[in-house]
Amino acid sequence: MMMNMVQAINSALSLEMERDPSVVIMGEDVGLDGGVFRVTDGLLDKFGEARVIDTPLAEAGIAGVAIGMAFNGLRPVAEVQFMGFSYLTLNQMINHAARMRNRTRGRMTVPMVLRMPYGAGVKALEHHSESTEALYAQIPGLKVVVPSTPLEAKGLLTSSIRDPDPVIFLEPTRSYRMLKEEVPDGEYLVPLGKARTVQEGDDVTVIGWGAVIPLIQRAVASLQASAEVIDLRTISPMDTETVLDSVKRTGRAVVVHEAPRSFGPGAEIASRIYEGAILKLEAPVERVTAPDITVPLPKGEDHYYVNEQMIRDGIERTLRF
Amino acid sequence: MLTDDFDPMKGEMLRVMDEEGNVDASRMPKLSKDLLLKAYRNMLLTRLADDKAVKLQRQGRLGAYPPSKGQEASQLGPAMTLKEGDWLVWAFREMGALLWKGAPLETLYLYWMGNEMGNVYPDGVRITPSVVPVGSQVPHAVGIAYASKMRGEKDVTLAYFGDGATSEGDFHEGLNFAGVYQTPNVFVCQNNQFAISTRRAKQSASTTLAQKAVAYGFPGILVDGNDVLAMYAAAKEAVERARKGKGPTLIESYTYRLSDHTTSDDWRKYRSKEEVAEWERKDPLKRFRSYLVAQNILKDDESLIKELTEIVERAAATAEAVPVPSRQDVFAHTYAEMPAYLRDQMGGGGK
Repeated sequence: MMMNMVQAINSALSLEMERDPSVVIMGEDVGLDGGVFRVTDGLLDKFGEARVIDTPLAEAGIAGVAIGMAFNGLRPVAEVQFMGFSYLTLNQMINHAARMRNRTRGRMTVPMVLRMPYGAGVKALEHHSESTEALYAQIPGLKVVVPSTPLEAKGLLTSSIRDPDPVIFLEPTRSYRMLKEEVPDGEYLVPLGKARTVQEGDDVTVIGWGAVIPLIQRAVASLQASAEVIDLRTISPMDTETVLDSVKRTGRAVVVHEAPRSFGPGAEIASRIYEGAILKLEAPVERVTAPDITVPLPKGEDHYYVNEQMIRDGIERTLRF
Repeated sequence: MLTDDFDPMKGEMLRVMDEEGNVDASRMPKLSKDLLLKAYRNMLLTRLADDKAVKLQRQGRLGAYPPSKGQEASQLGPAMTLKEGDWLVWAFREMGALLWKGAPLETLYLYWMGNEMGNVYPDGVRITPSVVPVGSQVPHAVGIAYASKMRGEKDVTLAYFGDGATSEGDFHEGLNFAGVYQTPNVFVCQNNQFAISTRRAKQSASTTLAQKAVAYGFPGILVDGNDVLAMYAAAKEAVERARKGKGPTLIESYTYRLSDHTTSDDWRKYRSKEEVAEWERKDPLKRFRSYLVAQNILKDDESLIKELTEIVERAAATAEAVPVPSRQDVFAHTYAEMPAYLRDQMGGGGK
């Protein structure tokens, strides 16, 4: 069936709830209203209010209660309305969700998913356009997953729900309804921790995830050179192997992300490339990122967000080096 | 209902046994002699084990440790009302409750000696690991209880925290969720009058901490926390309420920490010797002992002290004999499956 990302995520949630009675959905407005982006539309009617839980307006409480549910046999999929509000969950996610497995030497675990829209593109209010995946990726014990298309979203979310560890699932806001593609009606899985080669190429490797993947695809379409495009899918634990295999062949790498540049995921990826492939490199690893400033309000956002032209310029700089 | 008889807004406090060990028969909960003796044994063991932990810390054999001295009744009373399937969620100063619920003393020592294996309780003992970020365990207790309720199970989840925790957002969010979902929870606030050095009066302008329950839409009760019989009675009622599906209760245990916050601090800096001496007269152990002796349930406890001291020594020796974690141990449980880059960082086959 042709689905946009919202429909694909809804389909994954619905199938997993049918398959496993321990899966519950919780968050602000996820029941009656179907969530602020309508991702959970219709699930309350299907599964009832014990499993599709409209919560009080309290992100830390949502995360903390979800962790307790996971201790006692449930698999909560909790929604935070925008990434900018997820910072309230950090104490719970870092001090408890991420480390419970280790603290109990594997006896108590937190199989939960914290879903949230991230990034730019919907001309939203303050705190609604954050892309701070590096905050979470820094934390041992958390997984950070970012889908780039409807099909990917369905497969990655299904795997995230079934994963035995806590997953931060970042949904690119601007991709929610941008594109429709064929998505299986039934079960569909994409393994976590495995990057996807979007297109093969010989001259340069361009690495991204989430909302920048379609931008990268458009940027490389008009290039003379042949670019290999890698969708990382899972920021942490990162699939270093796929990145290194590609860069060893092409000798050039460009990392594109919506996150600010300094201490961003691009720095880690570049580091891993230097450690694993320095002798094969023809150019320094190029980073095409947001600048290190606070996300501007919508009138100023063109100064901030990565666009097709910036990606093309970055690739050309690398090729010319 | 005790919660009807004692209004937390007016500062009314439940007490069964006075400071001399005289009991108000109308409030006395039903407890067999065996159970009373077992309770005394737990409180004495907690006192002796606590004392040993402080000594081990002073000798450099155990890390920073938060003493329980003075809070034995406050810890034990609620734990005594739990069944095997019930959950106990604790902070870090609840040794007596943990021992009652089935955590081995050597496991507790092992934790304070700095080994994660000290968070591993025997199979089927439903205790969550210690929580040091203050108050953040409160929402966990609500989530655990929600899961029990959702599956139609009758298990109750009891959560402990201190007076300082009531200032944290997690306390508010947890109790608010519990009120909305009417989860089978019992919340026990051990108000020991201090968050490290900060007095209760600087923590909240509320007359009692128990009255906070009123705002969340469920009963709260203030209890003399140095009276194990009162703590038992209040918790028994609260646990039954939760088990019957009638929602949560907040119990404020009014007690006093006779020792330091942890072995890293010195109480002399923020309170007078006179104040502490005054509370030593209210020592929960002495009080309970007076009652048991007056009732001819206990004659003397010399042989018991000897027996428990041996148990404490054995537990300390057992914990000290546990080998330090291997490199494999500290790496292996970051994720269910170790990512390739972690295997590289671990190196050397994990030895």
